Amino acid sequence: MSWLSDEAVARLRDAANEPDLSGTPYRYAGALGRGGMGAVFLVEDSRLARRVAMKVLDLPDCSGDLEARLLREARVLAQIEHPGIVPVHDVGSLADGRVFYTMKYVEGRRLDEWAGSAASLTERLRLFEKICEPVAFAHSRGVLHRDLKPPNVMVGPFGEVLVMDWGVAKIFGAAIGAQTASAQLPDAAPPSPAIDSKSGAVAGDTAHGSVLGTPGFMAPEQARGEVAQLDSRADIFSLGAILKFLAAPAAGEKTPRRLAAIITKAMAQDPQSRYASAQELASDVAGYLDGLPIIAYPEGFFGRAVRLIARNRAAVVLVLAYLVMRIVLILWRPR
Amino acid sequence: MADDTNIGGGGGGRFPPTRWSAVLAARSDDPAERTRALDLLIGAYWKPVYKYIRIRWNKPSEEAKDLTQEFFTRVIEKGFLDRYDPAKSRLRTFMRVCVDGMVANEAKAASRLKRGGDAVHLSLDFDSAETELGRARPVLREIASPDSMEEFFEKECVRSLFSLAVESLRMECGRRGKQLHFRLFEIYDLDDSGRNRASYDDLARQFGIAATDVTNHLAFARREFRRIALEKLREMCACEDEFRREARAILGVDPA
Repeated sequence: MSWLSDEAVARLRDAANEPDLSGTPYRYAGALGRGGMGAVFLVEDSRLARRVAMKVLDLPDCSGDLEARLLREARVLAQIEHPGIVPVHDVGSLADGRVFYTMKYVEGRRLDEWAGSAASLTERLRLFEKICEPVAFAHSRGVLHRDLKPPNVMVGPFGEVLVMDWGVAKIFGAAIGAQTASAQLPDAAPPSPAIDSKSGAVAGDTAHGSVLGTPGFMAPEQARGEVAQLDSRADIFSLGAILKFLAAPAAGEKTPRRLAAIITKAMAQDPQSRYASAQELASDVAGYLDGLPIIAYPEGFFGRAVRLIARNRAAVVLVLAYLVMRIVLILWRPR
Repeated sequence: MADDTNIGGGGGGRFPPTRWSAVLAARSDDPAERTRALDLLIGAYWKPVYKYIRIRWNKPSEEAKDLTQEFFTRVIEKGFLDRYDPAKSRLRTFMRVCVDGMVANEAKAASRLKRGGDAVHLSLDFDSAETELGRARPVLREIASPDSMEEFFEKECVRSLFSLAVESLRMECGRRGKQLHFRLFEIYDLDDSGRNRASYDDLARQFGIAATDVTNHLAFARREFRRIALEKLREMCACEDEFRREARAILGVDPA
């Protein structure tokens, strides 16, 4: 038996992982990453001479459950067409039996990487508003993401936002087409989700341990495995956690009170106390940035006055200066 | 080469839901079934076990050979694998812990080594294992902690599995008249002779074929390698969940 060096073992491992693209119009161009049930590769579509991302199951699926899940993800994505949601191009099976789908290749940075750059709080909050848009759209189509977190959001070179990885999405309403609904997998409540020590992800939804969410970004009801009760407010909680991440103050600073109130409302333990929709949350963030009233922070007379003054600082200064000058002129007028 | 796309076990099909498992078959009452299962498991694990005893326990070659023989004799005769529970640990971990237990209790083991003439004696190519250890010697000097020894054992198990898969691929290619496919795979993916890696064009010129044939032949060989490696791995697992976990660990398919 021939000796295999460490390098040869590594090459064989790569060879075994690479998708078998024979018989397809795709050409292998590199590995992009891995998810709970599959790997994502960069491939070139030789028909259109463009690069696309290909998501492939790790292994041929004996039970068919993972295949169904991957196909469902592709169908869900195909149904929710939005500039902030990565579009699906193709779906099929490789020669080695693994199911795949291709989608737009997103060039950009993950939100957690982007946030580490020199973006100001205002820039980060404006970007957060953009994240809310595709989520709100998906909710309007009856789709719950269930795993919103900074690594699942991509920020493009022009500040465009794409919400990725809809692998554990749940269809919670009748808004989406019947065709997609028919592809839905059984989504029974897991009795006690287990935390994957490597990924920090929680599994337990199916026998194959599909990712259900990520601690720190997952709503309490989702962590308790109350799958049947989940609705858009579970994603609102995750959006709140993302907002908290983006609004994290520098050392020695404090999060502004109104902004902290938005985060608290979005991440309320009781789903009923959270924002009713992603638009409402985005609207409050916009209101905070523009110095407008927000739902999360009811104001008294004094609070309103302070906000109005802060918002119209230049005008207030001009009026005050005018009044001071008038008073001075009245008092000092020669008799 | 259309032929390259539809030979072997892939072909777009799924694994059959029920597969033969050496771990389960090793507990079978059928002697032939047991023998086949143990042959496979011993074939996959004897080298990692021998090397592990040599390095982790710092045993001289002769003693390590005896301990390796003793370990697999126990596996065969004492139903070691009956105690294995895939829900609690991986087979590799179970094997390693058993080896540690046996060697730690070496005094007892040594007395057992002096057994009668009817004792099972496995024909294992220890010389090749020694040669391989010699090649890895510079790296092994850096191994000190128990954690890295665990890693060493895992790595050797993967190397052993891949080596078996490569041998099966060699035979499969020979049987199907695909020697050229294997030769290309050998040169491109296995060879580490220190030269720069040949390009597909180089290989095409060397063998007088088109570069696209090189691509197709290599794709065939890699696909078959993957299929065989997964098949062997599946045989060494007791259940589908264990197989999936092992495939992810061995193929480096870690959830991000």
